[in-house]
Amino acid sequence: MKKIYDVLIIGGGPAGLAAGIEAIKTGAKDILIIERDSVLGGILPQCIHNGFGSVIFKKDYPGPQYAQNFIDEVDKLGIEVLLDTMVLDITPDRRIFATNSIDGYLELEGKSIVLAMGCRERTRSQIRIPGTRAAGIFTAGTVQRFVNIEGYMPGNKFVILGSGDIGMIMARRLKLEGASVEKVIEIMPFLTGLRRNYVQCLQDFGIPLVLQHTIKRIIGKNRVEAVEIIKVDDNFNMINGTEEVIACDSLLLSVGLIPENELSKKASIAIDNITGGPYVDENMETNINGIFAAGNVVNIHDLVDYVTEAGYIAGRNAALHALHHQRRGLNRISIERGKNVNNVVPQFINLDLIEDKSFLLQLRVNKVFDKKVKVEITEDDGTIIATYRENYARPAEMIALKIKGDKLSHVVSKNCYKLKVNVTEI
Amino acid sequence: MSDRTTNKYICIRCPRGCEIITTLDGWQIDKIEGNVCKLGLDYVKEEVNDPRRVVTSTVKVINGKHSLVPVWTTAGIPKDKIFDLMEMLREIKIEAPVDINTLVINNIFDLNIDVVTSGKVAKLV
Repeated sequence: MKKIYDVLIIGGGPAGLAAGIEAIKTGAKDILIIERDSVLGGILPQCIHNGFGSVIFKKDYPGPQYAQNFIDEVDKLGIEVLLDTMVLDITPDRRIFATNSIDGYLELEGKSIVLAMGCRERTRSQIRIPGTRAAGIFTAGTVQRFVNIEGYMPGNKFVILGSGDIGMIMARRLKLEGASVEKVIEIMPFLTGLRRNYVQCLQDFGIPLVLQHTIKRIIGKNRVEAVEIIKVDDNFNMINGTEEVIACDSLLLSVGLIPENELSKKASIAIDNITGGPYVDENMETNINGIFAAGNVVNIHDLVDYVTEAGYIAGRNAALHALHHQRRGLNRISIERGKNVNNVVPQFINLDLIEDKSFLLQLRVNKVFDKKVKVEITEDDGTIIATYRENYARPAEMIALKIKGDKLSHVVSKNCYKLKVNVTEI
Repeated sequence: MSDRTTNKYICIRCPRGCEIITTLDGWQIDKIEGNVCKLGLDYVKEEVNDPRRVVTSTVKVINGKHSLVPVWTTAGIPKDKIFDLMEMLREIKIEAPVDINTLVINNIFDLNIDVVTSGKVAKLV
């Protein structure tokens, strides 16, 4: 092991693997991926269902196989990997402190760092469900690990809160393994995961989905015995008199993901309250020079393919920074969410560096559009500088656009400080 | 007059999930609308006549770093065979190390479809 690396990557999931591959292809020599688990791949090894790779490979792979493609490439390219290693601290001058049971305490320095720590599941305490603290309340990802990796069935009769993809996929998985799944409860008036998962995970197995409902309380002293569900109105207020008690021994929570940024905060990286991840520019560079971030640590993605693409961008620019001290832009302007848009990444672009290249713009809408929409990028005075069309837009799905830098060329000369992204029906 | 029915399908072949309206004349497909690509057409034809699903699950591993290895069917199998396949998978044990794309069951239900691994498990040392 070395003391100083060109690119240090924290996290060996899809974003970190892609960053490592692209960094070495860009010319960086010394690259290290630090992973806390005993295997690479992040969450993918436990995502045994298919549906991965439609963008990158134009194929349909199960999670472990999608990951293996990149693990094999990392191996072939000779990228150094440190497994079973926990990063404890990062400083703004790009030093990393980590520990494992073989090397003990490690102090490393990166000419560039890529943050690829992914995200964590929202838990019961974060959505404040009243009731007892009985056993049998799990996040969907925890049960996924029990069932798919460890080989344990944590219950027999499940209720699932949240219609996100992980919740629906676990509903099917538990059913296949012989458990009963009573209901999937969703507080929003629409499905929050992909529609194909409603078909192949719920409809196929006769699992009912109840929209605009939530859990009022959990019943059971030592073990969950039942949950009380209740209808909510359009403002998410519970409607008294609509309660229903459902007997079950387990409650699965699939209620959203939060970018994991404990380490980022230690390095004084500014966090966007809307995405929950660092503010990044089109190179995936954070506000701290030489520290890049990619994947679910920045914003929650719907498809792993887009995480991989973000990892490539971060890896390439981390390598360029390490090798050529790629300068930061001198004319950084912000990209802000406008009409019907929930979040936008990147939040900044370097106008003076952008002209001859294209960049990736990711956004999510805040309501369902089943008809054609236009995505408009406007200047702060309302002038439209680019328009893109999408056949539909849904909160569950990210819109990813490749934007040509020359679209922004006439913004450069103007006194413009921010751009807005709006989505409207055509 | 024949027996015309209209059904709505959501395509599961890609994340987009096209809503496809299909008109059936008896058992014959008369009209398919709403798909944006050929995948949707293929999906509806199959869904009407012989609905199939790719099955993903796990099988047990002996002496492995992990006790399970993920597996999947090489193509969709008839929906009514899914639970029969799950019963078969429950009985299988493979000795570690297990490589990716290892054949687990050959030609299930004479469908010309195999079950193969989709991941690796190292030997426990």
